[in-house]
Amino acid sequence: MGELRLMKGNEVIAEAAIRCGCDGYFGYPITPQSEVMETLMAREPWDETGMVVLQAESEVASINMVYGAAGSGKKVMTSSSSPGISLMAEGISYIAGAELPCVIVNVQRGGPGLGTIQPSQADYFQSTKGGGHGDYKLIVLAPASVQEMNDFVELAFQLAFKYRNPAMILSDGAIGQMMEKVELSDFQPRLTAEEIKARYGSWATTGKTADRDYNIVTSLEMDSAKMEHNNLRFQEKYRTMEEEEVRYEMIECDDADYVLVAFGSSARICQKSVDIARAKGLKVGLLRPITLFPFPKKSIAELAKRVKGFLTVEMNAGQMIEDVQLAVGCSGNNVPVKHFGRMGGIIPTPGEVAEALEQKLIGG
Amino acid sequence: MTEEIIIAGFGGQGVLSMGKILAYSGVMQGQEVTWFPSYGPEMRGGTANVSVILSDSRISSPILHEFDTAIILNQQSMNKFEKAVKPGGVLLYDPHGIVHPPTRTDINIYKIEGTKIAADMGNVKTFNMVVLGAYLKAKPVVKMESIRKGLEKSLPERHHKLIPLNLQAIEAGVDHLEVVQKV
Amino acid sequence: MDLAEIIKPENLVYKKPNLLTNKTMHYCPGCSHGVAHKLLAEVIEELDIQEKTIGVSPVGCSVFAYNYISIDWQEAAHGRAPAVATGISRVNPDKVVFTYQGDGDLASIGTAEIMHACNRGENMVVIFINNAIYGMTGGQMAPTTLLGQVTATTPCGRDLERNGYPLKITELIGQLPGTSYVTRQSVHTPAASRKCKKAIKKAFENALAKKGTSFVEIVSTCNSGWRMTPVDANNWMEENMFPFYPVGDIKDAEKAGPEAFTKKN
Repeated sequence: MGELRLMKGNEVIAEAAIRCGCDGYFGYPITPQSEVMETLMAREPWDETGMVVLQAESEVASINMVYGAAGSGKKVMTSSSSPGISLMAEGISYIAGAELPCVIVNVQRGGPGLGTIQPSQADYFQSTKGGGHGDYKLIVLAPASVQEMNDFVELAFQLAFKYRNPAMILSDGAIGQMMEKVELSDFQPRLTAEEIKARYGSWATTGKTADRDYNIVTSLEMDSAKMEHNNLRFQEKYRTMEEEEVRYEMIECDDADYVLVAFGSSARICQKSVDIARAKGLKVGLLRPITLFPFPKKSIAELAKRVKGFLTVEMNAGQMIEDVQLAVGCSGNNVPVKHFGRMGGIIPTPGEVAEALEQKLIGG
Repeated sequence: MTEEIIIAGFGGQGVLSMGKILAYSGVMQGQEVTWFPSYGPEMRGGTANVSVILSDSRISSPILHEFDTAIILNQQSMNKFEKAVKPGGVLLYDPHGIVHPPTRTDINIYKIEGTKIAADMGNVKTFNMVVLGAYLKAKPVVKMESIRKGLEKSLPERHHKLIPLNLQAIEAGVDHLEVVQKV
Repeated sequence: MDLAEIIKPENLVYKKPNLLTNKTMHYCPGCSHGVAHKLLAEVIEELDIQEKTIGVSPVGCSVFAYNYISIDWQEAAHGRAPAVATGISRVNPDKVVFTYQGDGDLASIGTAEIMHACNRGENMVVIFINNAIYGMTGGQMAPTTLLGQVTATTPCGRDLERNGYPLKITELIGQLPGTSYVTRQSVHTPAASRKCKKAIKKAFENALAKKGTSFVEIVSTCNSGWRMTPVDANNWMEENMFPFYPVGDIKDAEKAGPEAFTKKN
């Protein structure tokens, strides 16, 4: 068993990065995720593992530092919160277009605009549908506990390198600021230049050697036919992710008449709502997507064949509900799909969700 | 066993660290725990609150709308959280600065003169530990041994010399709990 | 002299640097980029650092710089090359990283990135091509466009009230303690090119010696954008650009640091 600690989600992201052999972190302070860089700076990993930690002049600069370092084949990451992620959108699009691996952590806060510093899930569309310009997808992991903040750092890196694609950990202010018991991962050494090459091939800017042509890391292709070809390859990659990387959790869905669909901290709240509903004799279950892209649409379509309806619970005006509706539509059994959400940094309570379930779905 | 607690008061009263020590004590005795703070500008001198859950099984929602125990340290928090105590639950408060004491008749109400006791002991900073002691007397959810370990874990090493003082404050809280109402 | 005589190695008078690729350059005839690329390739070859040099190309005419020099390259978003180079350099301290940027890229959209990278003293080389115009997008006003200069977006000449002053960013960069060597050069004559090559070489030697940021501005022509013949463009540059952007070293310090503030000439 790994080391047990009581830590904030944000602190755990930092600790997990050091422990998984991350080569570099580039970031800019923004509430509610500043503890990530603060923890890294206090831990001084440059002495321990050689990991680089740099406070950039802006989120724009930090994502471009990630782009540069990732282009050299290194395991690098950044973290921010919603407004900062918007600033990074251009760089993320370049990283996706240049097919580089990296990890981006979004500890979401309420928007739009400067919004609020309280938790939100209103960046679902931005995270799962691309976010920047062009046809691209991020691998999106949604942790629902401080433990998953630990576990998903290494998982995100694994997926990012497997597909040479940016991976996002889509968290929120609640998980970032909350402390829970966490079992930390064991230390892994950082990879050497030779190990990186052996494991991932030699596409990176490691310096042109006599044994290969020189490498160009770019998203630019002026020949439209070639650019379309690139896009087709990206789409193929996203389809493979949809086949192979869907992750979700089902809680009490076996005999459920109604299913809540919620991710991240909303899913935690819904677990309690399930208990409340079950105590009233209502057969309610919970489906928690862990990967938001790829989305567990097949599992939802399967459930749709035997349940009476779905309620998505999100800290937004209704975003994931569109993916649930699509999945239900594919099932051929058009059961109702409703949404309950709070916005502006307000976290729904388990009681509210249970009431909404009865009013919007069961009673309606 | 699951115990859902809200601790609420002014920023600077040690609300968050009381919660942290309690949560770490839970970890020390093998429990699942969550510690969920209010955060942001409101921490700077305004009200601060933290909900702590200790449980023998997996914890679902870290965000709660009702609590087994409310530890209330100022009037605003009394106004907000008295109604959030589950029927039969516990409300513990420090009467210092409270002008409208709790009025519910369906909950157990306790008092601790934390501000006064801490001042009498010559260290107002141990106020939160006095209150913690009182809570543990009312509801012994964690063992004193776990509290000592929790203090060791949550205080940076350079502050470990303060642990005996903190334990003394907790003892004082245990000794001075006053029962207002039992249901 | 017959052909057999001509091709003898001892009769070689000029040779394309080995590191320049055989791709046909997309630059307009008369453009300064070609010469600047050649000098860069020669310096990298002479210092024998092909295996450890990483170039970062910008958005602008030199976006395709990566097609012409046989080293590993990364293409940056508009203005972000110094941040990209920072990322590469920080996790690869054994590498020599340089950015190659134009005036729009470096002195307009990327002002924050260049100032902060130079101020941190990132161990890298910056090659800054200042031709006072946006070449690739069709000749619009650049931050370095001179007052009165006609461009696509200043058809009556750059107007002080509307457009403000041209930006002497290299002088600003020279004030930053993170830079050890800041110079302004040109490549419009063989003599100027030889001096410019020396400057580029010094900048790369500084990077090898970990002396912080070295910054080489090359005052350049854009005869297409300026709507001139190459010869007229060279003359116009001498008459109009050089008085405002005087060629020479702005700073040449032993190493980066607060003591490297003093202007040399």
